[in-house]
Amino acid sequence: MKYDEKTLSALISGQLPWAETKEIMSGGKDPDRFRMVLEIVQSMVSFTERILLPLGPHLYIVQKGTDRIVKCDCGYEFGDYRTNWKFMSRVFVRNSQESLQELYHPDQGVDPDWMELREFYCPGCFHLLETEAVPPGYPVMFDFQPDLETFYRDWLQQPLE
Amino acid sequence: MRNIGELCFAFYTPEGDSVAVSTGIITHVHTMSEAIKFMIRQGYEDDPGISEGDIFCNNDPDLGNVHTTDVHTMIPIFWEGQMLGWAGGVAHQVDIGASTPGHDPVATANRFEDGFYVTAEKIGEHHEVRKDFKIRAQRSVRTPLYWDLDEKCRIAGIYMVRDAVYRIIREEGLEYFQTFMREAVEEGRQIFMARIRERLVPGIYRTASFMDAPYKGKAWHPEQNHDFMMHAPMTITIGPDGSFALDMDGASGPGPFPFNASEGSMQGALWVQITQTLIYDGKVNDGSYLAAQHHFPQGSWCNPGNSLLAYGTPWAYLIPAFTGMFRLLSRGYFSRGYREEIVSGYGFTGDPTQGGGVLANGTYFPVSNFELCAVGLGARGTMDGLDAAYAMWNPEADMGDAEVWETIESGLLYLSRRFKPDTAGYGRFRGGSGWESLRLVHGVQELQLYSWREGRVFHGGAGLFGGYPGATGYRLFVKDTKFYDMVADRLPYPLGDRNPAQRELDNGLGGTMHLSRDGLILPQPFQNGDVWLSLFSGGPGYGDPLERPIDEVARDVEGDIYLPETAKSVFGVIIDEEPDGVKADPVRTEQYRAALIADRRARSVSYQEFWQEERTKVSQGNLAEPVRRMYRESMQLSPAWSAEFCRFWNLPVDFQFQP
Repeated sequence: MKYDEKTLSALISGQLPWAETKEIMSGGKDPDRFRMVLEIVQSMVSFTERILLPLGPHLYIVQKGTDRIVKCDCGYEFGDYRTNWKFMSRVFVRNSQESLQELYHPDQGVDPDWMELREFYCPGCFHLLETEAVPPGYPVMFDFQPDLETFYRDWLQQPLE
Repeated sequence: MRNIGELCFAFYTPEGDSVAVSTGIITHVHTMSEAIKFMIRQGYEDDPGISEGDIFCNNDPDLGNVHTTDVHTMIPIFWEGQMLGWAGGVAHQVDIGASTPGHDPVATANRFEDGFYVTAEKIGEHHEVRKDFKIRAQRSVRTPLYWDLDEKCRIAGIYMVRDAVYRIIREEGLEYFQTFMREAVEEGRQIFMARIRERLVPGIYRTASFMDAPYKGKAWHPEQNHDFMMHAPMTITIGPDGSFALDMDGASGPGPFPFNASEGSMQGALWVQITQTLIYDGKVNDGSYLAAQHHFPQGSWCNPGNSLLAYGTPWAYLIPAFTGMFRLLSRGYFSRGYREEIVSGYGFTGDPTQGGGVLANGTYFPVSNFELCAVGLGARGTMDGLDAAYAMWNPEADMGDAEVWETIESGLLYLSRRFKPDTAGYGRFRGGSGWESLRLVHGVQELQLYSWREGRVFHGGAGLFGGYPGATGYRLFVKDTKFYDMVADRLPYPLGDRNPAQRELDNGLGGTMHLSRDGLILPQPFQNGDVWLSLFSGGPGYGDPLERPIDEVARDVEGDIYLPETAKSVFGVIIDEEPDGVKADPVRTEQYRAALIADRRARSVSYQEFWQEERTKVSQGNLAEPVRRMYRESMQLSPAWSAEFCRFWNLPVDFQFQP
């Protein structure tokens, strides 16, 4: 099974018609997908650092010199990927009826005494990168800590450097 | 069962590992496995004996079930005197004789209110259910006819499984069958391991989910009269060898409520989630379960290890907890490029209208509605979530026909079913929409109703990559209405609560409106003409809603998925409702979205500022009582979670929240 770049680009952008998406869902996985998607997303960003791993629609782990950092597609750099990128983000906490009601009718939102809605923005482009719905005082979550070395060396059998 | 398929069947090895399964409520494929293993561990082979023709029954959550209303019937299968394995079937009961009618009790505080318990019991020999058991069972529930029909259904199904096994042996031979049985489970295990290496990235994935249990002021038992909050932290570690380990260390405690979940129920939930996200094809059996390590900490709500607790409604905690698993695996799928596999979570299959009543002619009728088996799926990585078409515990989601529910729930008629705007979680891809149904109490002598859903918290954490959670539920009903006068006057009657800011139920219906942000309501009486609203959840979103194409937002408004004002406030899309349809204004939208981005820039704070503010709340204990209670329980149950909490907020290692 192999899909061309045009098909995968449409899949990533959400533009692929349902019939083709369904075919991809139901079919066997294409082992070359990681490489091809990496090439597609690399062509979509304006920076030149090599993307090692996509973390989200805007975030990537990239190789910057000898460092591996989290970088937004706008160019903002969050630092070492082994540290939670949220520590470098801008944060807005919806912990009042007023701020919650901007999004939810009071009957359909939460009680701010029980739960707050945290929004983590990129300090460069202010895209909303992640949300957390947690009780007040909950430690910020480190969503994903990939084992890059093992992934490249043992699973992909490709050099990470 | 006929309406939405709340049953399933499976064949097991002699040791109790599932080999082949049916469709349906397949969470129970694995819970039956636990029940069989319990009987083996207890030495049932010697006492009471396991012989050809024996029939066993179980519904005890503490040793292998979710709640008592899920009843297992199991038979050992023999061939020429040799035991080959087990066939098992589960059917969900409309009533199990709990202290209140229904299938998901909420007022209960201990085991002795859970209803009819059958604890891994031999109920028949020589292929016949014992008469004394039949009498006892049918006298232990409020709906003996349904018990009888469901038991016959289970027995018919498991004997069909047995006969299928016999046919294979006749066609292929005993040795072939026995080899196949072992190899099928092993192949299931190997497929699971291979899928992980194929589709994920090794590493540590973490999330947490929460649920409210606001009993204060509602409880029938003194010990229950508190507000509780559930904490379900979830860590999945994908090892270098492709191993999978799910850990819920840090989970909060059990309590005097029916939301406690036995370890077996969590194992069943883990298994059913695996069959929906990694192993939805190929060999779907316990092989994948055997490959998945798990830790549900003993003493917590998800493995209390205490058979005296109430286990009537573990779904209320279990369903939110497992949304995390979809989100975590989806991060791996994203990194790997398999975006078509991403799911941001799911809506809450909650708000099951329940109770029971007596019709005017004196006939008892149950209210045990299962239309909740069709909530919104979370947004996918390539498209929106399914609208009103997902249930985490039954891959064949189906709300069922209103007419069939009315046949069973004869005193509770449907006035409407329709999408509920603003329930779908916001995002670049939106969650599947939730919906609402409005019921009328009619033709009854008496009726009691109750239900549960989340109200004070988003049930399963947030969305994915900036997506928002779907709306919470709330409780709304109207008593002493003028409904019959409206009908006599041929006035249009209300169809639901489409827009809470402009309530249809305020418009001419009269009566007394009961409105609460709490989805949880304990049983209370209703009478003819009263109107009851059920709200079914939407799924969480994916990505920044300001990146959702404006034409898609316009379509959402046209389809009543979102209100026009929500299109503006959340998606930044300016909608014009014109005679020829709903249109989005691209120029004003661009300007407004720029303004919303500017708002984000202006009112967000640095992480350090945020951290300091949150830390102050924690260090001063300036948190609501149920939140402090939740933290206290998690910290007492898990020294590791406690240490991590204190480290994160730079607190003394002996820091504790005061009651």
